[in-house]
Amino acid sequence: MKVSLSWLKEYISIDINVNDLADALTMVGLEVEAVSDRYDYLNSVVIGRIANIDPHPNVDKLKLCSVDIGDKIIPVVCGAPNARKDMLAPCALPGTCFPKGSVLEKDVVRGEASEGMLCSEFELGLGNNSHGIMELNRDLWIGAPLNKALELSDPVLEIDLTPNRPDCLSIIGMAREIAGLQKKKVTYPEIRLPESFDDVSKYTSISIIDPHLCPRYAASLVFDITVGPSPFWLQDRLISVGLKPINNIVDITNFVMMETGQPLHAFDFDRLAENRIVVRAARQDETFITLDGKERRLDQEMLMICDGEKPIALAGVMGGLNSEIENSTTRMLLESAYFDPICIRKTSKKTGLSTDASHRFERGVDPNGTVAALNRATQLIAQISGGNIVKGIIDEYPNPVPDKTINLSVKALNRRLGIRLDANDIENYLKSIEFEIAKINDEKLQVFPPSFRVDISRFEDLAEEIARLFGYNNIETTFPLIPVEVRHPSKKIESRNHIKRLMTGLGFNEAINYSFISKLSCDRLELDPYDPKRQMVDILNPLSEDQSVMRTSLIPGLLETMKYNMSVQNRNLKLFEIGNVFFNTGQEDSQPDEVEMLSGLWTGARVNAVWFSKEVNCDFYDLKGVVEELLRNLGIMNATFTNMPPASCFYTKPGFTAQVFIEDKSIGLVGELHPKVLSNYDLKQTAFIFEFNFDMLIENIPDTKIASPIPKFPATSRDVTLIVDKDIEAYNTLQSIKDLNEVLVEDLQLFDVFKGYPIPAGRKSISLRIIYRSSGETLDVNRVNRIHKSITERLLKKFDATLPAE
Amino acid sequence: MEKTIAQIEKEALKELEAAPDSESIKAISARYLGRKGAVTRYLRNISTLSLELRPEAGEKANKTKKTLDALFKKALNKLESAHIETDDRIDVSLPGRAVRQGSLHPITQITQQICDIFIRLGFDVAEGPEVETDYYNFEALNIPKNHPARDMQDTFYISNNIVLRTHTSPTQPRIMEKQKPPVRIIAPGKVYRCDSDLTHTPMFHQVEGLLVDKNVSFGDLKGVLTTFVHQMFDKETGLRFRPSFFPFTEPSAEVDIRCVICKGDGCRVCSKTGWLEVLGAGMVHPAVFENVGYDTTRYTGFAFGMGVERIAMLKYGIDDIRKYFENDLRFLRQF
Repeated sequence: MKVSLSWLKEYISIDINVNDLADALTMVGLEVEAVSDRYDYLNSVVIGRIANIDPHPNVDKLKLCSVDIGDKIIPVVCGAPNARKDMLAPCALPGTCFPKGSVLEKDVVRGEASEGMLCSEFELGLGNNSHGIMELNRDLWIGAPLNKALELSDPVLEIDLTPNRPDCLSIIGMAREIAGLQKKKVTYPEIRLPESFDDVSKYTSISIIDPHLCPRYAASLVFDITVGPSPFWLQDRLISVGLKPINNIVDITNFVMMETGQPLHAFDFDRLAENRIVVRAARQDETFITLDGKERRLDQEMLMICDGEKPIALAGVMGGLNSEIENSTTRMLLESAYFDPICIRKTSKKTGLSTDASHRFERGVDPNGTVAALNRATQLIAQISGGNIVKGIIDEYPNPVPDKTINLSVKALNRRLGIRLDANDIENYLKSIEFEIAKINDEKLQVFPPSFRVDISRFEDLAEEIARLFGYNNIETTFPLIPVEVRHPSKKIESRNHIKRLMTGLGFNEAINYSFISKLSCDRLELDPYDPKRQMVDILNPLSEDQSVMRTSLIPGLLETMKYNMSVQNRNLKLFEIGNVFFNTGQEDSQPDEVEMLSGLWTGARVNAVWFSKEVNCDFYDLKGVVEELLRNLGIMNATFTNMPPASCFYTKPGFTAQVFIEDKSIGLVGELHPKVLSNYDLKQTAFIFEFNFDMLIENIPDTKIASPIPKFPATSRDVTLIVDKDIEAYNTLQSIKDLNEVLVEDLQLFDVFKGYPIPAGRKSISLRIIYRSSGETLDVNRVNRIHKSITERLLKKFDATLPAE
Repeated sequence: MEKTIAQIEKEALKELEAAPDSESIKAISARYLGRKGAVTRYLRNISTLSLELRPEAGEKANKTKKTLDALFKKALNKLESAHIETDDRIDVSLPGRAVRQGSLHPITQITQQICDIFIRLGFDVAEGPEVETDYYNFEALNIPKNHPARDMQDTFYISNNIVLRTHTSPTQPRIMEKQKPPVRIIAPGKVYRCDSDLTHTPMFHQVEGLLVDKNVSFGDLKGVLTTFVHQMFDKETGLRFRPSFFPFTEPSAEVDIRCVICKGDGCRVCSKTGWLEVLGAGMVHPAVFENVGYDTTRYTGFAFGMGVERIAMLKYGIDDIRKYFENDLRFLRQF
């Protein structure tokens, strides 16, 4: 909200400078975001002296003035009848931004250059006189900026109000806070209604059909008004806080709303059928045309102001076209009401209409301020529009908003805040912001918050009031007495941090991608129609199509990241991400399943082109090696890699993908991306990915590690080369040796795999080295030979293998 | 005695200088220091000197023996290693064979730093779901439906009652429902708001904190958060607490720190104010305790929350929040 200092000073004297005021307000919870001077636009309007006047060669009414602006003389084309030689007038220079919104530029007027503009009071927003340029006192300094020369200054504070302080959505509300700061009193505007005639109840009536939505409705009548422009002071006030003057009646309602916080609405009394007001809930699907000319569809939760026949306003939000004040209006009814905040909130949300009125009503106006604001506006209307007030007001208040009483314990307050105040201190603080107090004893107070403080309802609210007035920074810094109590850190969080560190050690950079992705991601991944990854969670109000569903895989994010990096020439990437994916459970209005995943991507070079090597691209075994090292570091020794059945994963290349098992549970995959997926993402180079279900992975991390003894006796090794069918997975040969459970077999190494001549077509050779060792003695050569021979024979049989020709 | 020990030493050095190879050095060594060498003989003859001359002469001769011995050895060494000390050399300026470490995302690093500070203060780390019910995200936190406070956060909706959590605060009621006081937790995680511009991304990270016990005061909140700021930034960092509004705390506070860029003089980063807002905090609102069944007459507590991106921006001088989620390798590598 904007508040001008000059307006504030109508109600409170301020004896600190504006920057100190802004700081002080910020420190009591009314954050001042900016302080500016509303006359700053006059910085580029300078005092000019008309040094010479010549007629315009092409247009009779225009004159060519040479204007002395101190440091030089500029040509200005001017049409003002009162322009004359040696006159001092404000001269706006190019770049000046006028209060009405236009910006002055260098111009050529009918063939003559004009480098400035001699201005009227009206054009500068300094008065209503638009007949001719503003004549200035002769003793002013030529060339001085107008605001400095005329000492025009009015700082405007821009305040970021929190939703709990609707009482500060008015100048008086802010004045009350400043009064509290300065230990002073607010001077409320004096309301003196002029002599009036007749009796309002003879002319109109108000019936509230739905009092729970409209606890209070008050109205007054003013006859014989003349609708027209407002006087300058009124327009100026509105402009100072960013409102646009419209006509005297509307301007007064806006002025009083800004002054008191109470929104008001004026109706053309002669356009009200039966000259009366009915307040009722809207009917389902009833329609109504609001002031902005738009037709609104309503429902039963909204509140309507009606006349004897039809709706005339959407209560608390916006008036209707059918009853608005027009230039010809002579009799008016003025509304001041207290509407149910929730009702106004819902109406505003559903219609998408947020107005100055709805903003205040939905936060809560002062239920006891209704009549004062009505009288204030009625008085101003009579004064300014020349109308006659009909005597009295109508004030229907079927549902009084109860006054609040709060008990305050001095001890509890001091304990909550960590301060030491006595009952008198507390009383003084609260009284300074218009709370009333009944002191029961030195420990107990009864507090009656003012009705405009709709945010105060319990003890803790009072604690905040005391704290902010005492000053948060004056509260002593202490420490809680924390009992010594240690819980085990969660395995999940510990493992996640550990895995992230391991991945960086393996050369991978951590990425964090958005949790929402494009709906098209499933198609881009070439997923089967029945793939569980298609069970996505839609966002009802996404920011864009690209971020419209929650991800069910980390791969689309990694591919988008890869694409972005390719576009900026980072073509060698090793990335990983740990994050949640989300699966729709199919149940309405329920949370999705959140599953944590670990994924990685390697694309581009394994070794860059450097002085000792040519560039070598990474391949499947590079990434598999990373995964194996990760698992080994985590202590997971029982993972197996087998060929992914083609129908089980559609986004990796069939035949080039491994499924990772622990025992018989599939926990992830490693593989090359499917070329179709690459082209769907417009990627020109291949990439390898891995994916793990994070929870399944960490389930298999052993909780303890047991050290093995270091062997005392030397090992001896024997090699064997088997020629087997090309489809036999190497892993099987190793596993079958392990399955033999020969105690002397310590380790196995696979050191060569070969296809091609002299190996027959359809077969391949696998070369293994078997390491033998005994923990109790140095092995006897013959014994090793014997065991090795027996193992070889069993392998030959099992895999239908042959030995290579000697 | 015909020659002084100094003369013997001088002659030996002269011969050593002229020695062409290791064989001749060995021969010289034998001639002087060998069993019948000149120095050895000299030493043997010291006993013929008068008693008062003996100590000084012995000392001098021993010194010469040691000096010559060291010099002969050094000369031999030098000749023997001559074939290693050739002109052959590698270009040490060539880059080494790279073994590249990866990097943790800056958000991860800052989150861990924040958590570590609170863990040292005795807090536990907890986590909660990112897709939340309206109840935990709002109602349990004293933000009823149709309350203007809902405007403070632009919410992504999944359905009427399911939202992407707009803050990490739902972990507060979730933890308190499961655990009786004392409670001391922090909860890091992703949060979502439908807002995207230079200073906002629709997803970002927060760390939430909660401490509940008997007799916890606003002064305690100040103490813990002051300690945090001094650990996270440095001990000289000034901070101030100012009143604010969160529906789930009362009193509520914003915590500003002295601008780490300009040290309070006013700059672009702090919008000329000299202060940077880094934390929201407050005493837990009794309505929140009532919702989880805590006795509001026995327990008080404080809660706080902070944006990780914001703190990372201040720590690393990052000026565009969108950089975090572009994952440009040239950005990631810097951390």
